[in-house]
Amino acid sequence: MRDVAIIGVHVTKCGEIWNKSFRDLFVEAGLGAIKDAGVDHIDSMYIGCMSGGLFVGQEHIGALMADYLGQAPVPATRVESACASGGVALRTGMLDVASGHSDIVLVGGVEKMTDIGGDEATYALATAADQEWEGFNGVTFPGLYAMMAVAHMHRYGTTPQQLASVAVKNHDNGSLNPVAQFPMKITIDAVLNSVLVADPLHILDCSPVTDGAAAAILVPADRVGKLGKKQGVKIIGSGHATDTIALHSRKDLCALEAVSKSAAIAYAMAGKKPTDMDVCEVHDCFTIAEIMAMEALGFFEKGKAGRAVEAGDTRIGGKIPINTSGGLKSKGHPVGASGVSQAVEIVEQLRGESGARQVKGAKVGMTQNMGGTGASSVVHIMEAM
Amino acid sequence: MTVGIVGYGAHLPRHRIKVEEIAKVWGADAPSFKKGLGLVEKSVPAPDEDVITLSVEAARNALVRAGNLDPQKIGCIYIGSESHPYAVKPSGTVVGEAIGAFPGCHVADFEFACKAGSEGMFVAYGLVKAGLVEYGLAIGADTSQGAPGDALEYSAAAGAAAYIMGSKNIVASIDHTYSFTTDTPDFWRREYQHYPQHAGRFTGEPAYFRTVMGASQTLLEQVGMKPADFQWAVFHQPNGKFPMRVGKMLGFTTKQMEQGWLAPRLGNTYSGASPLGLTAILDVAKPGDKIFMCSYGSGSGSDAFVYTVTDRIKEVQGLAPLTTDMLDKNKIYLEYGEYAKFRHKILKAEGV
Repeated sequence: MRDVAIIGVHVTKCGEIWNKSFRDLFVEAGLGAIKDAGVDHIDSMYIGCMSGGLFVGQEHIGALMADYLGQAPVPATRVESACASGGVALRTGMLDVASGHSDIVLVGGVEKMTDIGGDEATYALATAADQEWEGFNGVTFPGLYAMMAVAHMHRYGTTPQQLASVAVKNHDNGSLNPVAQFPMKITIDAVLNSVLVADPLHILDCSPVTDGAAAAILVPADRVGKLGKKQGVKIIGSGHATDTIALHSRKDLCALEAVSKSAAIAYAMAGKKPTDMDVCEVHDCFTIAEIMAMEALGFFEKGKAGRAVEAGDTRIGGKIPINTSGGLKSKGHPVGASGVSQAVEIVEQLRGESGARQVKGAKVGMTQNMGGTGASSVVHIMEAM
Repeated sequence: MTVGIVGYGAHLPRHRIKVEEIAKVWGADAPSFKKGLGLVEKSVPAPDEDVITLSVEAARNALVRAGNLDPQKIGCIYIGSESHPYAVKPSGTVVGEAIGAFPGCHVADFEFACKAGSEGMFVAYGLVKAGLVEYGLAIGADTSQGAPGDALEYSAAAGAAAYIMGSKNIVASIDHTYSFTTDTPDFWRREYQHYPQHAGRFTGEPAYFRTVMGASQTLLEQVGMKPADFQWAVFHQPNGKFPMRVGKMLGFTTKQMEQGWLAPRLGNTYSGASPLGLTAILDVAKPGDKIFMCSYGSGSGSDAFVYTVTDRIKEVQGLAPLTTDMLDKNKIYLEYGEYAKFRHKILKAEGV
């Protein structure tokens, strides 16, 4: 298997993008990544998209995007793994290059979520849960993550203030990101006084509904500089794991086993450990998700991530800067694109292109992207070349 | 020939319901709705009030302010509404008959979501200007619908404003008008549907703000005026926030807008909204005052007008009820159950 590097990335503005369609967003991201990489063609495409069917009534997304990107007849595959669609698309594209089947692969992610109303978007997202046991009984993701939060608070003493600290930190980071959907800074009080969605999660504990797209160009690591013009960032670790889809089937409500397993695979492949990471993008669909994911990734002992966030350990300049992009919370969560947009952030960090939110001297970075309540998780570790 | 408003009148129902009362029923967070919509209560039509009765009351007030104009001189009647009582059969025929304007009169009901009232004003003004009619009556009136529990339920209100256009005894001349229209589907109600649907926040930035800004900026450019040249400004007010925000984006001040800013205590009277705001301004305006008005109707379009108030305004202001008096005095507050009955959300069983 060949080593794989990313040589071009692009992420669109995230938010309620009224004047750009589903395909427009993808094409903007794809052309941006192609331009950034400086490649003159691509051999294949993988597109992460959770639910084009429910959000915009469009399926057959691989062919659609290859067509509108002007790349037909290259093979184009839509990858779906709920909110982990983008991360799994990245892994699939990496395997295509690693196998030697393709030399230049475009990996993208796209979601256009605001063409429908809030209730419909909530329904579309809830299809990533176990419909028979969860969705059809009325549970939606805020409710499921709220149960996880309550369990974590009960066992470890995690507090609403610690949850709010995640949101405050991510909005601080997002205020430095020009593509962020909600780049405003917020306070602990603002989070705790915002509308309660599912106790203990307030609206400012939740990531938003977002339109956006992201793309990356992958090539064999030994051909960086030959196939494109940009500095490469090598994917040195990749892990993918699954867990029970229904929350009630988990052995432990306070643990994200798929995250731990996917991280263990990626750490082993990379020959790295948690303390080797300089910067990390974590799947913070809810503030409790960031806390539990950080514990599963091994950055903090179980039950101690909340206190670490409160102490500033995950801020830029802290022990392990988390979600320098603003995360899903502030940058936005275009579900099928989120995993790829995390990779865009880490590539830019490792290239030293992140401006005011740059983590000084970052050499090794990680992305962690998950679907549902953690039934899918995909982790990538990247290193500057 | 200078053409303008020769008489104006408003009518508001007495009944109100507070945001808290609606939120309580749905388990919603009243403070966030009040903050989000920028309103505290809305008007509710009584069971025997509809677009026709509201229009008749407003038209009668306009006739009085037009110097008790002989209704037989009115050559056209246009009623703009999205809650005409009949799908087929005009509201205007009943109103025209009630005020004694028939039979020598052209009548049509208009519909363009919330701008149907200003549309009527535009057409009546145009017909007088063309010399086809001596006087034209335009009314914006609604008893608007909001589905139970929907955000619209907190704002959908009732009220009417009537304007008689003519070229003699003008109280405010229409100096210029401009309309801005695009195919922007942000809010709609199909036939046989009782409640409208809307596209959430899409109704804001790409719809209301783009359209109102487009109409207003172009009109200001065409007349070579800037916001500071006006004493008053009024915008369509689907809630309390949008009109103030769009006005400030254009450069108008709170002082210029607050007199016509009725939505915080009235709700959204749809086709009546900016025309009613204009009645509240005319109630206090002084001779020579310049007024800027811009309506908005989903779908989408805006009609913008520049008015200049004449000396005659002082003679007519006190001839009919003032809009802010109808807004703030003599109110009857409803509980949700009464409101639900008034709005036919619950119906008494047949034979009971």
